[in-house]
Amino acid sequence: MGKKILDKPFVKVEPELCKGCGLCIDACPTEVLKFHTKFNSKGYHYAFYLGDNCTGCGVCFYACPEPEAIVVYKKGYEYTGEEVA
Amino acid sequence: MAKILMKGNDAVIRGAVLSGCRMYFGYPITPASEIAEAAANYIPKVGGTFLQAESEVAAINMVYGAASGGMRVMTASSSPGISLKQEGVSYAAGAELPCVIVDIMRGGPGLGNIAPEQGDYNQIVKGGGHGNYKCPVLAPNSGQEMCDLTRMAFDIAEKYRTPVYVLADGYTGQMMEPVEFGEPLTKFPRQDWAVYGDAVSKHNLISSIYLDPEELEEHNLKLQKKYQEIEKNELRYEEFMLDDTDYVVMGFGIVSRILKTVVEKLREDGMKIGLLRPITLFPFPKGKIADLSERVKKFLVVEMNNGQMVDDVRLAVMGKCPVEFYGRMGGVVPSMTELYEKAKQLADSTN
Amino acid sequence: MASKVLQKANSFYDQYFRNPSADKKMPHYCPGCGHGNVHKFIAEALDDFEVADKTIFISPVGCSVFAYYYFDTGNIQAAHGRAPAVATGIKRAHPHSIVISYQGDGDLAAIGTAEILHAANRGENITVFFINNAIYGMTGGQMAPTTLIEQRTTTSPRGRNPHNEGYPVKVAELISQLQAPVYVERVALFDNKQRAKARIAVRKAIKNQVENLGFSLVEILSPCPSGWKMDPVDSMKWIRDVMLPQFPLGVYKDLTKEVKPYEVPEFAPSAKEIKELIDIVPDSNKKFKKSKVIEKYINPEIKVAGFGGQGVLLLGAALAQAGMLEDYHVSWLPSYGPEMRGGTANCHVNVRNIPVGSPVVSNPTVLIALNRPSLEKFEQDVEKDGLIIFDSSLIDLDVKRKDVEALPLPATQLADKLGNTRTANMITLAAYAAYTGLFSKETLYETLKTAIKRRVLIDINKKAIDVGYEFGLTHRKN
Repeated sequence: MGKKILDKPFVKVEPELCKGCGLCIDACPTEVLKFHTKFNSKGYHYAFYLGDNCTGCGVCFYACPEPEAIVVYKKGYEYTGEEVA
Repeated sequence: MAKILMKGNDAVIRGAVLSGCRMYFGYPITPASEIAEAAANYIPKVGGTFLQAESEVAAINMVYGAASGGMRVMTASSSPGISLKQEGVSYAAGAELPCVIVDIMRGGPGLGNIAPEQGDYNQIVKGGGHGNYKCPVLAPNSGQEMCDLTRMAFDIAEKYRTPVYVLADGYTGQMMEPVEFGEPLTKFPRQDWAVYGDAVSKHNLISSIYLDPEELEEHNLKLQKKYQEIEKNELRYEEFMLDDTDYVVMGFGIVSRILKTVVEKLREDGMKIGLLRPITLFPFPKGKIADLSERVKKFLVVEMNNGQMVDDVRLAVMGKCPVEFYGRMGGVVPSMTELYEKAKQLADSTN
Repeated sequence: MASKVLQKANSFYDQYFRNPSADKKMPHYCPGCGHGNVHKFIAEALDDFEVADKTIFISPVGCSVFAYYYFDTGNIQAAHGRAPAVATGIKRAHPHSIVISYQGDGDLAAIGTAEILHAANRGENITVFFINNAIYGMTGGQMAPTTLIEQRTTTSPRGRNPHNEGYPVKVAELISQLQAPVYVERVALFDNKQRAKARIAVRKAIKNQVENLGFSLVEILSPCPSGWKMDPVDSMKWIRDVMLPQFPLGVYKDLTKEVKPYEVPEFAPSAKEIKELIDIVPDSNKKFKKSKVIEKYINPEIKVAGFGGQGVLLLGAALAQAGMLEDYHVSWLPSYGPEMRGGTANCHVNVRNIPVGSPVVSNPTVLIALNRPSLEKFEQDVEKDGLIIFDSSLIDLDVKRKDVEALPLPATQLADKLGNTRTANMITLAAYAAYTGLFSKETLYETLKTAIKRRVLIDINKKAIDVGYEFGLTHRKN
């Protein structure tokens, strides 16, 4: 099971841990985050990654008040497959 | 070891150091300042911390912090200062933190005066702060007991994880008597509930919060059970000439010393009278009082207050015999002659 | 070296098992609340400095009362406003630990003003994070000490009026005026740049403690969208546009380059050392046989009185000390309470064959009066057939009562002759001991070891005892 190296940055929002405050969306310089039209089980419109153009700058991670709603994978990140799925 | 002539207030700190107390947080107040002064002198010498806090409230919260760390820690104050500390004592009782608080009582209410009174009985013995708690209360009446009961207070505090009071008056604090000292404790066991700032203890939480009413009730029930254990194991009192007695006089602290002389004199006169002195005010010798009430003619309770302990005596006597009260307030210490006359009258009114 | 992934810090619990809510993964804070950001900065720093194991986090009262749900550190929850005092206690108990006091504006700048000011002033080696959101969040939006002028809250419904509630308290400015703090900065959370600065400030404040540099405080202008009744993004604009002019950002104090690390020395003395250090090794281990006391002077209840400076209390203490050396039960009580008026000093001494009951001597069997007011005041209290010894060189009147025994003693004159007026008290002590047979001269000599702290004065006081003893013996009536 070989490790793979991420060749482009990636942001992952955990829908169930997002409170829909929108701070990440407001913070993102490349505007790649958006409210989902769906609600999570808590009743929040959660944020999600549009799927392209994340620069891995990490400002959304620090704008987000939640400990694990957002994970930012930067270019060069070594992964086995699962977490970036 | 030979004895040393020493003030009660100084003996408190010696007892504390011998019991392993290495932390003192306090605020100056007459007539308890000498305890802080002795602590400032001696506790740093043995590698401990003395800190004069910005307030009584801060001092008791520093005690809360140090106790959270599993340290033997104490503070001392006098009545108005103790009123201020009650918030912190309630938190410590709720969080089950062992610590020792010495109250050298003075005259109240309000600023009152600096003369010796016993008006803090209710606030100390009945809990004092908010919530369903009590603290063990030890009431020394001599220099030796100022040392020994302070030392014992640390053991009780640690055994039951509770704040413990040493309740004394200005006389017992100021008085010099010969005091004999035991061996110091130098090894301190680690408390498995405490926070030491290391990996082993980092899962410990010191808190008095129980949000869920049922959980809080459960916590309170646990506390009550602890108080029952304390009542069972930690009761201490002194009996003097009670075996054949018709009359019982009761008093704690300095009053008990005067009453003892009164009993001696009245026995010389042929009166069958004896003294029951509670050494612990919580637990209270209610069983002993109940037993006595079955066979004696009358109780006389003497306090330097408006009649506080007498309520507990009456609860224990349950109306089985009369309970008289004699009190002086404002810092007036009843004289031996005064109490002699008062106790002598017990016989007059009975027959 | 920068990590290739930004994710939940290890210093947070994996599951928030202490949170009674069914959801053990989501913190209790409202959407967009700044507490979450600051928590993340702290947890990340604890990870990076590898200090989570030795960190003790103090949770205050306020919305962050449950901070202990989240931090995988030692945790203590404190009473409202008292976190800096609790932090002081635990830091002094365990100086190696990293203690974080985390407080809101009501907690720190209202009810806990004294505690923060003095912890800062002592330079406690702790780190304080101060969340300023200009409102009481937890209790439902009441006015805070940092609420802005004209800001409406549930307890300032027409807006904060400086004539009624005063002005917002500026904590960073206040604390930075003190000498001890090493680092004070105010930061904000309103945009990416400010959050980056806030993150750096949080790290620095913790690092200062790791390096034992002293007290650090970071004030963080932080959003409370629920309390402000704004959406989270608008809250950020409100910080920038409304709070910022009142609470200027920046480093208010930074001595981290100048101060030296301070580590608390450790010392754990042995049992023998402890006894010596706390002065409980007696000055004397000698035991003296009881002297032959003249029958009527057995079990004396003594009052010693005079003016301050005559050594009245010392004379009393020496009596008790001598009694103790001869294995009597003794007590000494200084004048206290209502008696302590008029510049006179007095003390009560019991020397008894059986345990001392009341230490209070209201009706002495022996009165030692060293000045005239004392004699006048206490003569009437003396028991019938009691003994009054008075300094006849200072008191130009005689004992009036006929039912007591009087011994005039020119103590001060004798002391002057010896060359030291201050020995009058020891002359009196010895005269009394000899006159009544209460103590031997050897006992009195031994008493000096304790009574006279200045060793150079021992010899002259020994001579005083000789003089007094001689006087007492020659004036014996029995």
